[in-house]
Amino acid sequence: MRTFILKRIIIALPVILLVTMIMYLIINLAPGDPIDMLVGLEGLSPDEVEQTKISLGLHQPIYVRYVKWLGQMVQGNLGYSFLDQQPVIDRLVERLVPTFSLMIFVIVVSFLVAVPIGVISAVRQYSWVDYLATALAFIGISFPNFFSGLVGIYIFSLTLHWLPTGGLQTVGQTFSLGDGLTHLLLPGLVLALREVGVLVRYTRSSMLDVIRQDYVRTARASGLSEWSVVLGHALRNALLPLISMLGLTIPRLFAGVVIIEQIFQWPGMGRLAIEAILSRDYPVLMGLTLCTAVMVLLGNLLADILYGVADPRIRLTGKR
Amino acid sequence: MPDPTPAAVSSLPERRSFGSLAWRRFLRHKLALIGTGTMVLIIIVALLAPLISPHDPNHVDLMEAREGPSKAHPLGSDVVGRDVLSRLIYGSRVSLSVGLVAVSIYVVIGTILGALAGYFGGWVDMVISRLIDAVLSFPVLMLILVIVGTLGPSIFNIMIVLGLLGWPEVARIVRGQTLSVREELYVLSSEAAGAGSRRIIVKDIIPNILSPIIVNATFGVARAILIEAGLSFLGMGVQPPTASWGNMLNDAQSLSILENMPWMWVPPGMIIFIATISINFMGDGLRDALDPKLN
Repeated sequence: MRTFILKRIIIALPVILLVTMIMYLIINLAPGDPIDMLVGLEGLSPDEVEQTKISLGLHQPIYVRYVKWLGQMVQGNLGYSFLDQQPVIDRLVERLVPTFSLMIFVIVVSFLVAVPIGVISAVRQYSWVDYLATALAFIGISFPNFFSGLVGIYIFSLTLHWLPTGGLQTVGQTFSLGDGLTHLLLPGLVLALREVGVLVRYTRSSMLDVIRQDYVRTARASGLSEWSVVLGHALRNALLPLISMLGLTIPRLFAGVVIIEQIFQWPGMGRLAIEAILSRDYPVLMGLTLCTAVMVLLGNLLADILYGVADPRIRLTGKR
Repeated sequence: MPDPTPAAVSSLPERRSFGSLAWRRFLRHKLALIGTGTMVLIIIVALLAPLISPHDPNHVDLMEAREGPSKAHPLGSDVVGRDVLSRLIYGSRVSLSVGLVAVSIYVVIGTILGALAGYFGGWVDMVISRLIDAVLSFPVLMLILVIVGTLGPSIFNIMIVLGLLGWPEVARIVRGQTLSVREELYVLSSEAAGAGSRRIIVKDIIPNILSPIIVNATFGVARAILIEAGLSFLGMGVQPPTASWGNMLNDAQSLSILENMPWMWVPPGMIIFIATISINFMGDGLRDALDPKLN
């Protein structure tokens, strides 16, 4: 197990190197200097511009800067934000918690809702339950999440006044779990809508596959009731492929998070990304790139480990 | 260059019957038919935009700004007095072209890379597979945002970026399919007859694995339309005054517009939803029709 994890991490390292290198190139070779932005704001003289460039380290050639960035990164230093000179790592850490709580909420809710629906939908294939579940899944997959976010705010916040329109907590109030949850509910459910759609389709087809296997037919032929066949024999095997979905969920979810955090003024990484792009805050952008790449790779690793735990046929130390 | 379309290679009677069977299966899928009908309608509207839109979509008229639906403006006017219906009609051109161009780019890249990896195997496969893993494992939206944010947001940049980043899924499918057909007799006989690998890939392999590519591309168009709309909604996509369904919702980030002027944001939101779900139904119908193995 330990060698497997180590091996996966070693395989992941070149990917991280590649991703950060590409992003560093794009960010730094693109037209539009952060200095231009600063000059626009403060009206610096050419001398001062040169000074600022040197102080920000922008006068060196790009490969030198990248290698320096890498060296610092390995030591846990991601540089300093151009905007407020705060360490990038601090800005990331303060944004991690809101985004993680949103993502964990979405993953838990969508698996809890989607798996039972998908299973019933497969067991009762071509029944009205199946058609209803399929219709709902298609709506979930096709509904643009910024639109569902706006509709959600319109209905539940502006019309019914049940839930707040955005933010992490009520302004001027000390943080309490209940208050935090009411703020989490709407953005979380909006994001979960799409995930549920994807997962229902996936669970259904995985379950349909398994139900047709010989061992399920054997179980049924041995006189077990339909539900004990489904729950006792089919379900466990049908759920296995879902575990690997977990790895794919994270990058997709991150895409949704950027938009939803913007709509709900949720102070997470997605909003930080937008802010950093608009102000050309390169060090923060690089930090976010690294952070998201690591998150995705960790998600995949976690999925692989869980897969090995759930399915003893797969020996993690063996060839994949 | 010989015609690589499936029609040209499907002269065998057995293929033709597959085609007509598939067509009949597609016709039985009611939702797919409804979806196709809706998309045909949207395409016609996009093509005829100058003829059918009641106003110039970019005509600003501050005197008529923020007005609800009326005879002059059937869907009302936006914050600077542009006609919402006309912008909706012209916006369909943006969404459809982003979807079609982006997906065309990545289907070509993915098919070529996947076929190369599957056909040649060895180190070619190694390199391409690692590349697939690398691109699959990073949050594409983050990359898109950075590229669009630094190169400047435009419809052209979005098409290119979505096209260049979308290929891994297609490549993976094509690789797997190529692996399974490359030992088929018709490929082996072409090889024995001395056909070059390029000829075998283009004439023997790709025509026989088109079904999953077509299905994936259909779903891909829906996804590309959603991503473009999301980016434009954030202000990182198609820039005003050019109308896109996504950037029409941008103003609704203000709570007062969201609450009091639903005509500005409900129609574009609904049309994005209708277009995506129609295309997804089409994709589902195509999958059922082209791949009878999957229920």
